[in-house]
Amino acid sequence: MFVENIFFFFFSSLSIIFSFFVIISKNPVHSILSLILVFFNAASLLIVLGAEFLAMLFVIVYVGAVAVLFLFVIMMLNVKVTKLTTSIYRYLPISFISGSIFFFEFLMLFYLDLVSVNVNYLYLFEDNFVNEWSASLAPMGNIVVLGQLLYTYYSYLFILSGIILLVSMLGAISLTLHRRNDIKKQFIYKQIERDFSSSIVWKH
Amino acid sequence: MIYYLILILNIVLKSLALIVPLLIGVAYLTLLERKVMASMHQRRGPNVVGLFGMLQAFADGLKLFVKETILPSSANTLIFILAPIITFLISLFVWAVIPFDNNSVFVDINVGVLFILAISSLGVYGIITSGWSSNSKWSFLGSLRSAAQMISYEVSIGIIILCVLLCSGSLNLSEVVESQRNVWYALPLFPLFVMFFISGLAETNRSPFDLPEAEAELVSGYSTEYSAMGFALFFLGEYANMILMSTTVTIYFLGGWLSPINFIPFSFIPGFFWFGLKTTAVLFLFIWVRAAFPRYRYDQLMRLGWKVFLPFSLGWLLFISGILLGLDWLI
Repeated sequence: MFVENIFFFFFSSLSIIFSFFVIISKNPVHSILSLILVFFNAASLLIVLGAEFLAMLFVIVYVGAVAVLFLFVIMMLNVKVTKLTTSIYRYLPISFISGSIFFFEFLMLFYLDLVSVNVNYLYLFEDNFVNEWSASLAPMGNIVVLGQLLYTYYSYLFILSGIILLVSMLGAISLTLHRRNDIKKQFIYKQIERDFSSSIVWKH
Repeated sequence: MIYYLILILNIVLKSLALIVPLLIGVAYLTLLERKVMASMHQRRGPNVVGLFGMLQAFADGLKLFVKETILPSSANTLIFILAPIITFLISLFVWAVIPFDNNSVFVDINVGVLFILAISSLGVYGIITSGWSSNSKWSFLGSLRSAAQMISYEVSIGIIILCVLLCSGSLNLSEVVESQRNVWYALPLFPLFVMFFISGLAETNRSPFDLPEAEAELVSGYSTEYSAMGFALFFLGEYANMILMSTTVTIYFLGGWLSPINFIPFSFIPGFFWFGLKTTAVLFLFIWVRAAFPRYRYDQLMRLGWKVFLPFSLGWLLFISGILLGLDWLI
């Protein structure tokens, strides 16, 4: 427990420090790099919690894909180092209000006491060993449990989220899809089809 | 307290036992590449330093070590220095989960396959930051090319790995190997094996897909501005990634440490020997491809990734899951 606490405080304090850097650094590339470190620390916190599958997904999706796209866009836009022309104290009231709302929400959440997930509806536990659920959960691993839930009880939501992703992907593709006739293109099939008899024509 | 000290010492020694042989392996891989390419060109290759040129790689390393590190004045110094270090570190990370033999693995985690995918997708960062921070057009173009290429081929690699996982029924690398005891996946999934190998070539920026450092157009791509140890770290990272890619080919498709011939004189040979042999064979293929094929054009590369490999691997995913479901072979 002692080591876990050390790791928890290490990663959480690092993530707070780096998220501070995201806001204050003047160079946008530096802020993206600190954002990546924040993602990393969040993934490490998930590992400390024992959710290794979620942690790996976090790294693959956020660090491996989303942040790379951010970095790409910012590098291609060639954003110069922004000068802070207006005082940052201008935003202080708004940030104070939103921050205090967030803080009180968390306070209420913790005040109501955190209730654990009801595990009775996992059909794997047919015997209803509620007091031994953590012991029976441990050898199965994250992925098995997630799969059991995702493909049974939440299958509609799973398919729905897939459809939403598909629609957004089609939208992005249709935005970029316009044919031009004035450019030369390579048609691989036509190139491969060509042989001696079809390419050389006898004219007389 | 003494317990934790011993624990930390244990971890450090174990990691050193993993990293030092890897670096020696990288040194001899460069020698192997030069020797094999020389034989294919009917030359002699390095043969002066040491017996048969065995010390050539160390001489090169020493040369790079004593050279001057040049920091371009217009570069972003911090990121410029960090980029090769990141590349090198990330190429070492993944080795923690690779099983070399039955029960000889540094950490045997349940999501080993995902760990490899996650960490190898971080390799982009070292390259993209090096290209941006050196503030030169060649480096920047090379790094953009490299990043786009690695992202595109990661998609097809992910789907091919999904097919393997459907057959093995586990994300634990040792169990993936153990599930190939009857037949290596290279046999029933042969087209996927070929596609995985080619995607691996593109993922590690090897020829015929070495567009990022196309020396004819972009002096040397993202490593143009680097000298001395920075360049050496990029080089080490690239070759360590090559070895890693061939070990993943070995684990997913060639049965890892399992012996191919299962009767008496061969079954006495330990598993790590077979593992090394298979990895070396795949590495030889990497070098052979470099000597044999001309470089791809960039649009051809993208077409191959998105329009050929992605639909084909998706089709195989449906096909395999259909067969496994229909014949009730799912584990």
